[in-house]
Amino acid sequence: MPTDLARRARVSALTMCSRSGASHIGAALSVIDILSVLYGEVADVAPHRTEDPARDIVLVSKGHSASGVYAVMAHAGFFPVEWLDDYYLDGSRLGGHVTAHGIPGVELSTGALGHALPFGVGRAITDQLDGIDRRVFVVLSDGECAEGSNWEAALMAAHRDLRNMTVIIDRNRLQILGRTEDVLGLEPFVDKWRAFGWEVVEVDGHDHDALAEAMRTRSERPRAIVANTIKGKGVDFMEDTVEWHTLVPNEEQLAIALAQLEVTEV
Amino acid sequence: MRDAFVKTLTAEAAENPDIMLLVGDLGFGVVAAFGDTYPKQFLNCGVAEQSMVGMAAGMAAAGRRPFVYSISNFPSLRPLEQIRNDVCYHGLGVTLVAVGTGLAYGSLGYTHHGVEDMSILRSLPGMRVYCPADALECAAAVKEILADPSPAYLRLGKNKEPLMHDAQPDLASGAPLLIREGTDVTLLVAGPIITQALAVAEQLEPEGLSVRVLTCPVIKPLNAAAIRAAADGTVGIVTLEEHTIHGGFGSAVLEGFAVNGWRTPILPLGLADEATHIIGGQEWLRERAGLSTDHVRKSVATFARSAA
Repeated sequence: MPTDLARRARVSALTMCSRSGASHIGAALSVIDILSVLYGEVADVAPHRTEDPARDIVLVSKGHSASGVYAVMAHAGFFPVEWLDDYYLDGSRLGGHVTAHGIPGVELSTGALGHALPFGVGRAITDQLDGIDRRVFVVLSDGECAEGSNWEAALMAAHRDLRNMTVIIDRNRLQILGRTEDVLGLEPFVDKWRAFGWEVVEVDGHDHDALAEAMRTRSERPRAIVANTIKGKGVDFMEDTVEWHTLVPNEEQLAIALAQLEVTEV
Repeated sequence: MRDAFVKTLTAEAAENPDIMLLVGDLGFGVVAAFGDTYPKQFLNCGVAEQSMVGMAAGMAAAGRRPFVYSISNFPSLRPLEQIRNDVCYHGLGVTLVAVGTGLAYGSLGYTHHGVEDMSILRSLPGMRVYCPADALECAAAVKEILADPSPAYLRLGKNKEPLMHDAQPDLASGAPLLIREGTDVTLLVAGPIITQALAVAEQLEPEGLSVRVLTCPVIKPLNAAAIRAAADGTVGIVTLEEHTIHGGFGSAVLEGFAVNGWRTPILPLGLADEATHIIGGQEWLRERAGLSTDHVRKSVATFARSAA
């Protein structure tokens, strides 16, 4: 039930950020549909198989979307939903950036940007050498595509013909201080990945069926899915705004947001 | 020393298929043998050190033992955040191998001088740091690194360093290794600059100063108690490194003694806090940097007299 998974994750992420005073809710709402389809439907991962050597590897490079990542994973059964209750608070297991330590199913701690793709390429090369047919998924933000390490790894993935490698870019066109195209333009973005030797598809990053199909499709080359998203998706006053990267919803704003999620089919 | 590294790793790889050698398009004429022998355990990652270390972390997470090989600061400072976050944060068994550290690439200029690496790498959590003085210590360090699954940094000279030992030493305890017996003052050395230390000891002998010379290839975890024991009976310790004195080997020794409350006089010798703009070979630069035999001899003699 990925659609309901995404809705429940949105409710949790909003509540977590509001309660703890953590920012990045806009980034979490942006990527929750991608993560819900990935963890809930497409990737060969499961709560009882987090140590299975044959599992798919899912790496979330945009570690600042932690509230969304944790919410999706908890509701998908990887760890108790109660763990979300003290997110970001003193002594919590769950910090403001994705951490692997002690969190079942999280493969890599992230937070500094541009780290998961090289790591994923290393895993995929190891699989290639060992003849293992598992897939490696890396979720990137669009803003972090300014990090050179991503393009170093993109070169290697194409050079080694890593067809098990799939990158999903949360293309919400916003970063901390403005629109990606105003801060450090990425366009022509699809062409860039293509020029680096990747097979590229563009999808609506909130359309679960389209996401699932794009993720399931295998290609002969490393695959990049540019998922066009809306930052803050699901809460009207947060959608496509710069400020909700940083702002924290107060109680009143949280109530309005939750009300919208109850009535809106996400 | 670099040949000893490749030779040792090649021998280990024969029995350990998890060993991987990743190079940043460096090592012409040096690493080819490994790649030829074990093509599935060798990867030239191109001039892309950040992704090289990130990839190594990914391989280590899959159970491999990657060695990331490049020269000077390229496998350490360039991908520092990857080392910190991807390797150390996850406690993964990635080893960074830097060839030609110190002033070994002297005439290539300051960009190629590896003179702050130990300070920086030493500060990373769980990172082991090895600075061998010769090929035998290098081979021993590789074995020691492989004996434990944690991150490591192997800081090497270039090549043709004179041998300090008859056989491969055991580095398991981290204790310093006696190279020359002496009774008055202890000269404790990290790395190939040991040759300078031995020349100094030789020159001070006729002046009536007996210098005990040791190498200390295990910088972290530092065995301070063994260093203290090794200096027993002398007036104090002079540390010598081809590296900044800010945070390097000498600093490690000072910290080790200070936290234990040991009041042994210690004089750290190393490079001053400046980016050098002068061009020259290793010996010439040592001379200019206050690490010539002459400088070190005077410093050791003065220290020995004042500490006595």
